[in-house]
Amino acid sequence: MTGDPEAVSAQTPDLTGRVVIVGAGHAGGTAAALLRQYGWTGRITLIGEEPLPPYQRPPLSKAWLKGEADGDSLALRPTSFYAEQSITLRLSTGVAGVNVAAKMITLDSGEAVAWDHLILAVGAAARKLTAPGAELDGVLELRTAADAEQLKQALGPGKRLAVIGGGYVGLEAAASARALGAEAVVIEREPRVLARVACPELSGFFQAYHAARGVRFEVNAQVLGFSGEHGRVTGVELGDGRTLPCDAALVGIGALPHESLARLAGCACNHGIVVDEAARTSVADIYAIGDCTQRPLPLYGLSGRLESVPNALEQAKQAAAHLCGRPAPAPETPWFWSDQYDLKLQIAGLPFHAVRRIIRGDPAAAKFAVFHLDAEDRVQAVEAVNAPPEFMAGRQLVGNRKPVAPEKLRDTSVSMKEVAA
Amino acid sequence: MAKIIFIEHSGTTHEVEAKTGLSVMEAAVKNNVPGIDADCGGACACATCHVYVDPAWLDKTGKPTAMEESMLDFAENVESNSRLSCQIKVSDALDGLTVRLPESQH
Repeated sequence: MTGDPEAVSAQTPDLTGRVVIVGAGHAGGTAAALLRQYGWTGRITLIGEEPLPPYQRPPLSKAWLKGEADGDSLALRPTSFYAEQSITLRLSTGVAGVNVAAKMITLDSGEAVAWDHLILAVGAAARKLTAPGAELDGVLELRTAADAEQLKQALGPGKRLAVIGGGYVGLEAAASARALGAEAVVIEREPRVLARVACPELSGFFQAYHAARGVRFEVNAQVLGFSGEHGRVTGVELGDGRTLPCDAALVGIGALPHESLARLAGCACNHGIVVDEAARTSVADIYAIGDCTQRPLPLYGLSGRLESVPNALEQAKQAAAHLCGRPAPAPETPWFWSDQYDLKLQIAGLPFHAVRRIIRGDPAAAKFAVFHLDAEDRVQAVEAVNAPPEFMAGRQLVGNRKPVAPEKLRDTSVSMKEVAA
Repeated sequence: MAKIIFIEHSGTTHEVEAKTGLSVMEAAVKNNVPGIDADCGGACACATCHVYVDPAWLDKTGKPTAMEESMLDFAENVESNSRLSCQIKVSDALDGLTVRLPESQH
């Protein structure tokens, strides 16, 4: 069935089917809760590989790593919530296969679980660095609470952390390491940090801010491998012949969507599981949500993969609304955030069609925003550092596509309300 | 523990028992109260946990910070008693706190 959402909502929806959600992360956990909020009465089974019920991943590199948040506060909901909502939670459970004709999945144990509707919320895996020594103890990644626990053990006064990859996870971890009294060096292949996810002004600002707080940087650097003693990492070997000594190395070089189950089911995949605006895959009755999807970006007339909590929530809403015959939720402007030291970075939109950048505010005062405008002076994206009005107004402007006056945008004596009016 | 009363835009009321130290947003989310999206999980980064504090409780919930105010400035349907519920900490003094929810957070 591929009717448009309005046609679906015109019928009386059948809310009694068996929903199986594979992946108990932010997306899967939210979909289960929303299905109940929207009146689903059928069986809901939420299957997760990790031993924990759904929890928030963003704090793992931030507040949690610094010891400012405990496990309870990470949990999306208390464990009792799932029983109260008649959601069958199956943790520490892997899924080995899927049979679309029979509408069954097979667990690692061999047990078969039947579904009428399947939601794949399988997430993404940390991209591995294929280099000699990558298997040594102390070479870490950061996707799960268990990963974060390992990283936390490795940090403390006098410890040395090498971060491979100057992306958000790496920079957040470096900031947390400094807060815990550890040394941190960030090793980046590109000429600047955040090279693939932020503009040069923002990269320069963040690198300088970290450097002023004791983080060292090696840019344009190639990692050849890891040296170790007694099975434990002791250094990172660089292409220029140097070895940077470390007690632990965090590899944060991006993530790859889990596609294998979707491929087994025959769902189209292209750098992620391809879904439509209702989170439907190419196979009937199979949805996919969150980090694992290649999704439409209606604001830009493109598709892409968004790794963010707002994306997980939006797609959970899309799938739950579609299943329950509710009107499709309005498309949202993609957005992201990061906390490092006393900096709150908020980003809205994606600069696909941007032709120029306008800086508002003062980077030296750690309070500014970079606006990305297209050829018609419409805001495509905004990157705001300690500048919530710029972020909030920018997010509205990205969504409503109203052109702005660049000279007003540049002038901080003109309020963002006026700029956006 | 404190009792927090959430009243949805439709009038549906939810009474939840919230642990001291949690935010009012967390109390809602952990009890599946609809209408509080809390996209950012409490980082004061998104303004999707907007609530209207019952006027009788405004003194006890205190004033928003500058950061919260500037986020609220751009939220939809803001009133003088608007707050971001992730920035209100549950305490014994808030036992019985009543907040109303906007029609939508987006």
